[in-house]
Amino acid sequence: MDIANFLPTSAEYIRILPEIVLTLVGVLIMFLEAVLNDDQKGIFAPLAILGLLGAAAGAVAAYGDPGPAFQNMLTIDGFATFFRILTIGVGILVVFSSADYLRRENSRGGEFYALILWSIVGQSIMVSANELIMIFIGLEISSISSYILAGYLRDDSRNNESALKYFLLGSFATAFLLYGVAWIYGTTGSTNLSVIRGALLAGGEPLTLASVAAALIFVGFAFKISAVPFQTWAPDVYQGAPAPVSAFLSVGPKAAAFAVLVRVFLTAFGPITESWAPLVWGVALATMIVGNFAAIMQSNIKRLLAYSSIAHAGYILVAVTAHSGDGSAAVMFYLAAYAFTNVGAFTVVAYFSRKGEKYVAVDDFAGLAQRQPGMAAMLTIFLLSLIGVPLTGGFFGKFYIFKAALDAHLVWLTVLGLLNSAVAAYYYLRVLVVMYFREPGESAENLPSPGAALRIAVYASAIGTVLLGIFPGWVLDFATKSALK
Amino acid sequence: MSMLDVVLFLPLIGFLLLLLVPKSNPGASRMGALIISLIVFVASLTLLGPYWFAAPTGYQFQTNVPWINFPPIRYHVGLDGLSLWLVLLSTLLTPIAVLVSWKYIDHRIKEYFAFLILLEFGLIGVFVALDLFLFYTFWEISLIPMYFLIGIWGHDRRIYAAVKFFLYTFAGSVLMLAAIIYLYNKSGTFDYSDILSQIQSGRLAFDARTQLILFLAFFGAFAIKVPIFPLHTWLPDAHVEAPTAGSIMLASVMLKMGTYGLVRYCLPLFPGAAHSSAPWIAGLAICGILYGALVAMMQPNMKKLVAYSSVSHLGFVVLGIFSFTQQGLDGAVYQMLNHGVSTGALFVLVGYLYERRHSLEIAAYGGVATPAPNLAAVFLITTLASVGLPTLNNFIGEYLVLQGASQANFTWVVFAALGVIFSACYMLWLYQRVFYGKASESVSHHIFDLTGREWAAILPLLALMVWMGTFTQTFLPSISAQNASILQQTKPASAVAEVKR
Repeated sequence: MDIANFLPTSAEYIRILPEIVLTLVGVLIMFLEAVLNDDQKGIFAPLAILGLLGAAAGAVAAYGDPGPAFQNMLTIDGFATFFRILTIGVGILVVFSSADYLRRENSRGGEFYALILWSIVGQSIMVSANELIMIFIGLEISSISSYILAGYLRDDSRNNESALKYFLLGSFATAFLLYGVAWIYGTTGSTNLSVIRGALLAGGEPLTLASVAAALIFVGFAFKISAVPFQTWAPDVYQGAPAPVSAFLSVGPKAAAFAVLVRVFLTAFGPITESWAPLVWGVALATMIVGNFAAIMQSNIKRLLAYSSIAHAGYILVAVTAHSGDGSAAVMFYLAAYAFTNVGAFTVVAYFSRKGEKYVAVDDFAGLAQRQPGMAAMLTIFLLSLIGVPLTGGFFGKFYIFKAALDAHLVWLTVLGLLNSAVAAYYYLRVLVVMYFREPGESAENLPSPGAALRIAVYASAIGTVLLGIFPGWVLDFATKSALK
Repeated sequence: MSMLDVVLFLPLIGFLLLLLVPKSNPGASRMGALIISLIVFVASLTLLGPYWFAAPTGYQFQTNVPWINFPPIRYHVGLDGLSLWLVLLSTLLTPIAVLVSWKYIDHRIKEYFAFLILLEFGLIGVFVALDLFLFYTFWEISLIPMYFLIGIWGHDRRIYAAVKFFLYTFAGSVLMLAAIIYLYNKSGTFDYSDILSQIQSGRLAFDARTQLILFLAFFGAFAIKVPIFPLHTWLPDAHVEAPTAGSIMLASVMLKMGTYGLVRYCLPLFPGAAHSSAPWIAGLAICGILYGALVAMMQPNMKKLVAYSSVSHLGFVVLGIFSFTQQGLDGAVYQMLNHGVSTGALFVLVGYLYERRHSLEIAAYGGVATPAPNLAAVFLITTLASVGLPTLNNFIGEYLVLQGASQANFTWVVFAALGVIFSACYMLWLYQRVFYGKASESVSHHIFDLTGREWAAILPLLALMVWMGTFTQTFLPSISAQNASILQQTKPASAVAEVKR
C-alpha cells in the first residue's frame, strides 16, 4: 500500500480549519496569559471573539468543498457545518456574556476563554465525526474543558461541587458510550458509521447485539443531553456553575450531543430503527414530563432553567423519535432557536443575580421590570420563546418538531408534548409575574446598569430569537437541505 | 397593499411608537394612544365601503403573499360580512378603552397604553387572518398584552386571575395547534380557503371519528375563550380583577374570538361533527344561559354580576350558531356585536362608579341617581339594552336566536327564553339597588355626575344601541349573506356524510 494514501491532502486540512484555528487561538491565549501583566489581560475576550469569528469563516470555507477527511474519520457536510456554526455562535455569545461577569467576580484569567475555545473544538469534532472513536475523542475534549469551566471560580464551594458532580457523572456516561462502541465493534467489526450501517443493512448480524449496543450508546448520550432518567446532574451543575458557563453547558455541548445522536441513530443505526425508536419515544415523554413538573417546584431561577432545559431536551427527542429528514431538520432548527433563547436567558440571569450570584431566587426578581425595563423586556422575549409563543424562534422550533412527529404518525407523543408545553407556561409565567406584577423589594436596589458586552450578548440573543420567529426560513431552508435522512 | 393591511399594522406601528415615548411624560403616552386608536378607527371605517347597504360575496381587501416558504405559510388576510363588524368593534372599543383609562391608570402609564394598542393589533389580526397558521399566531399574540393588563393594573387578586386566564387559553389552544398541523399534513396547505375547497370537493375527507377529534380540538380552544359552560371559570376572575379597560376589551372583543372561531372554522371545516355534536353543545349553551343568569342574580359584586351575565349572553350566541338555521346564525353574529356594545358600555359605567366610590360592591351604593342623574339615565338605557328591550340592540339578536333555535328544536327555546326573563331580573335589581333609594352620606359625598371625557366615551355606545336596535338594515344584509354561504358550506358536505353513514 502506498504511503501517500495516508497523507492528508490540503483539501482535508481545509475541512478541519475551524478546529485548527480554535486550537491555535486557545494556545495563544494561554501563552499570553503567562507573559502579559494584569492590566493587559482585557485583550483575551476580543482575541477569543476574533478566534471564533475566524473559526466560523473556516467552517464556511470548509463547506465550500465538502467531503470526507482523514480516512473517512470526519465528514464535512451541511449537517456538520450547521452545528459547527451553531456551537461557534454559542461561543461568541457566551464570551460576550462572560466578559462582564468575570470582571464582576474579579476573575479575568485567559484560561476561561481558552477552555471555551477548546470545548468548542471538541464539539466541532463531534458534529463532523463519522467514526465512533472520533466521536469519543471529540466528546472528551469538549467534556474535560467543560468540567473545568463548571468549577472555574475555584474559591466558590458551589462551583467545586458542580464541577465534581459534572465530572463524575460525565465520566460515567462516557464509559457507557465506550461500552456501546465496544459492543457494536464486536458485532459489525467496525466503528465507522457508514460501515456499521452497511453491515446492519446487509443483515446477518445478530439484531440483539446491535440493539444492546444502540441502547448503551443512547445511554451515553442521554447523560449528555440530560434525558430522563439520566438528568439528575443537570440542576445541580447548572445551579453551581457560573451563570455564563451554565448558559454554555445548557446549549453548546448539548447541541453537539444531539447532532451526534441524530447522526449515529439515523445513519449507523438507521436500519434497526424499530428496535430503538420505542425506547426514544418513552425517554422523550418521560423527559418532558419530569422536566416540566420538576421545574414547577423550583424557587431558584438557575434550577428552574435547568429543569426547563431538561424538558426542552424531551421536545427535541420527540423529533429524534420521528427519525425522518423533517425530524432532523426540526432538531437543527430547534437547537438554533434554543441556543439564542437560553444563552440570552442565562445572561440576563447572570446580570440580575449580581456579584457572587447573591440573588438567584425567583422572588429576588421582584419588580425588576421597573428597575431595568430593557433587560426585563429581553428576558420576557426569552421566556415567551421558551413557552413557545408565536413570533419567537421557540415557537417555530416546537411547531416543526410536532409537525415532524405528526408526519411520522406519533399522534400521542404530539398531543402529550403539546400539553406539556402548556404546563411549562406556568413556571415561565411565574418569572414574568414576579418581574412585572410585584413591587420591587429591597433586593431590587443597587442593581448596576449592564455593561456593553453584556448588552451585546443579550440584544443579539433577543434579535436572533425574534428573527427566527418571524423569518424561520433563513435557518430552516438550510436545515432542510442538509438534514440527515 | 390594501386598506385592511393598513388597519391591521397601524396599531403595531403605534405600539412601537408608544415604546419610544419617554417614561417621564405620561401625558404623551395617553394622548399618543388616543390619537393612534382614533386614526385606526377612522381608517377602519373605510372598510365599510363595499358593505354599505350591500352584501358582496367572497373576501374583500385581500392580501395574499408568502410569509414562510416551507411549510408554505402565507400572510393571507381578507374581510367578509362576519369579520368586518368584529374588526370595527375592536377599532371602536380601543379608543373608548383609552378614554376610560385616562385617569383610572395612575402608574406605569406608558406600558399600559402600549399594551392596549398591541392588544388591538392581535384582535384585528385574529378576525382578518385567512391562513390557519396566521390565525393561530394572532390568537396567541392577543393573549400576551391582556395577560399584562390584568396582571399589572388589576385589583387585589390580579396575579391569580392573569395566570389563570393565560393558562386556560394557552392549554386550549395547543390542541388546536395540533389539529392545525394535522390538517396541514393532510391537505398540504394552511390556507383556509384552500382547505375549505378541498373539503367541499371531497378531496379532503376524514372518517367520522377523526373529524370529531379535530372538531373537538378546535372547539375546545374556542369554547374556553367564549366561554362555554363549564369552561367559564376563568372569566369571572379575569373580569373582576382586570382594570376597566381590560374588562371592556375582554368582554366586548376577546370573547368574540371564540364565537368567531366557531362560526368561521368549526362549522365549515367539520360540518359532520358539528352537526352530530350540536345537541350536546346546545345543551351546554342552555346550561350556560341559565347558570350564568342565576349566578349573576346572587352576586354582591357588580363586575362579577356583569361577568356572569356575559356567560349567559354568550350562551345565546352559541345556541344560535349550533341551531344551523339562517335566523339562528344571523342572531348569533348580531348578538356578538350587541354584547360587545352593551356589555362594553356596562363595564365602562361600572368603571365610572368604581372611580368615584372605589368599590365594586353593590352594597356600597344606593341612591346614586340623586347626585348623578345623567349617569343614572345612561346606566338605565344600557340596562334596558342588555335585558333586551325592543328598539334597543339586544332584542333583535335574542329574538333571531330564539326564532332560529325554535326551528331546530322547540324545547331549547323554552329553556333559553327563561334566560331572557332572568336577565331582566338581575339587571333591573342591580339598577334598583345601585341607583334608587336614599343616597347615603358617602355616596352623595363621592359620587358626581359624568364629565365631558366620560360622555365622550359612552355616547358612541349609546348611539349604537339605538342604531343597532332600529336600523338593522345597516348591519344584517352583509351578515346574512355571509351566514348563508357558511350554511351552504355546512350543508352539502354533511349531506355527503349522511350518505356515507
